[in-house]
Amino acid sequence: MSDVLTEVKKSPLDSEIVLNMGPQHPSTHGVLRVLLKLDGERIVHAECEIGYLHTGMEKLAEYKKYNHVITITDRMDYLNSTGNNLGFVLAVEKMLQLDIPPRAQVIRVMLTELQRIASHSVWIATHGLEIGAMTLFFYGFRVREAVLQLIEAVCGGRMMPSYFRIGGLARDIPDGWTQRVRDFCDDFETQALKEFDTLLTENPIFRKRTEGVGVISAEEAIQWGMSGPCLRGSGVAHDIRRAHPYSGYETYDFDIPTRPEGDVWARYLVRVEEMRQSLRIVRQAVEKLPSGPVKADAPRIVLPDRHKMKTQMDALIYHFLLVSDGFPVPAGEVYQPIESARGELGFYIVSDGGPKPYRMHVRAPSFANLQALPKLIEGHLIADVVAIIGSIDIVLGDIDR
Amino acid sequence: MDNQQQLEILRDRFGPEIVEWKEQWGELTVVVKPEAIVRVCEFLRDEPGLEYNFLSSVTGVDLGVDANPRFEVVYHLYSIPQRHRIRLKVRVNEDQPVPTVTGVWKAADWYERETYDFFGVTFEGHPNLRRIMMPDDYEGHPLRKDFPLRGYRR
Repeated sequence: MSDVLTEVKKSPLDSEIVLNMGPQHPSTHGVLRVLLKLDGERIVHAECEIGYLHTGMEKLAEYKKYNHVITITDRMDYLNSTGNNLGFVLAVEKMLQLDIPPRAQVIRVMLTELQRIASHSVWIATHGLEIGAMTLFFYGFRVREAVLQLIEAVCGGRMMPSYFRIGGLARDIPDGWTQRVRDFCDDFETQALKEFDTLLTENPIFRKRTEGVGVISAEEAIQWGMSGPCLRGSGVAHDIRRAHPYSGYETYDFDIPTRPEGDVWARYLVRVEEMRQSLRIVRQAVEKLPSGPVKADAPRIVLPDRHKMKTQMDALIYHFLLVSDGFPVPAGEVYQPIESARGELGFYIVSDGGPKPYRMHVRAPSFANLQALPKLIEGHLIADVVAIIGSIDIVLGDIDR
Repeated sequence: MDNQQQLEILRDRFGPEIVEWKEQWGELTVVVKPEAIVRVCEFLRDEPGLEYNFLSSVTGVDLGVDANPRFEVVYHLYSIPQRHRIRLKVRVNEDQPVPTVTGVWKAADWYERETYDFFGVTFEGHPNLRRIMMPDDYEGHPLRKDFPLRGYRR
């Protein structure tokens, strides 16, 4: 009661108002709702409301066999679908103690890095658009389209490939695909990266909108559980590909870009540099691509090739068993982190020894990164909120799952 | 630091409060008593050589309708300077609150809310313990094993 009275006595000029941003706001990258408490145009306090895109994927996974869960994972972070597939299959392979053939590992790395380039291109496109650099939107999506066509060529799916399977890949890459990847790399380096630099890095308006905005220190970023480019933009050189290599990342030569500033501009520069590093990895992968099988030699886990299934009795039996019953996974639990385009993507799987996960939890990178948003935007202007949300590169499908 | 050394340090420091431990597929899991979780987390964060400064996630597991205790709350910790991981667990029943670790890592805030939302495990001392994914007026906790896949209303 007393609070209400003091509220009334205040002058209307210094009263605070609450502004509702989203969930249908175009710059919230989906359906994020942010409640902003404002003093004039400055943000005094902010709170995020999420869950509008919650689809119960963790629950759904408990009802599906391991091979079927792969198709759920790429619907979570739909901009980084091969990365999500990779995290899940690596977790299950760790439980099964499977050895993956080198050719499959190199193709996995190649596709994951191509997807990272695509994801960062979509990010640069939308981030630029929100800050007013409209041209970039078309340029960024053009890069992404080229990557999606490469993914479509290997598996038929564009956004939801489900191409990585437990024990390897669904099938080998088609003839001439590596040449297409080489051509893409050349085009991307000579054309797109230069355009990004010309349009944004040397753009004084963009720099004014981003430099010194949304600053977070390294300690704060770690406290809030931020990872990926957001953490590296605050000067912490942490990358799971380097700290805990998987899929043979230790054999590739690449740098971990960091910036000390911790603002929107730093996160932008880190991502642009990451695209260059991903390009390096893709090129090395194309060069070293070994020949050989793309599926592990584990007939009770990996589906046989189509022609074998049609011609060999034992392959037919295994195929029937795998499709009807699935395969049992030893009881226990595993946590497999990978470096997705947004940060630490972790799959925590509990198995009770059956053919379906007993529990699957996804440590979504965007979830933790978004958590720090109120801390990042407090004290800034409303227009900066758009720049800051863009700079942490959230995917609501990843957050809400 | 490898898993055995970490386990030794923890057992020396918190002997009676450690219920169980396990190493599987190279991952160390330590189950502690619910009342000790904040002290264990603070120790893991501050002890030189351990330095668990990064909370990867907090989540829950429903061990089954008849299990006693029914729920596990699982903490995944990571140390950026030392590059090692550990998994902590506490086991509780529905009516038993778990002390919050939001005072140790701010990142725990949303993860504990998510665990509360999905499993109905409450966190004592949490600054803002309300649903995060499901609507505020939602009934039931969807990741419990007795919750039907399509919900109650169909």
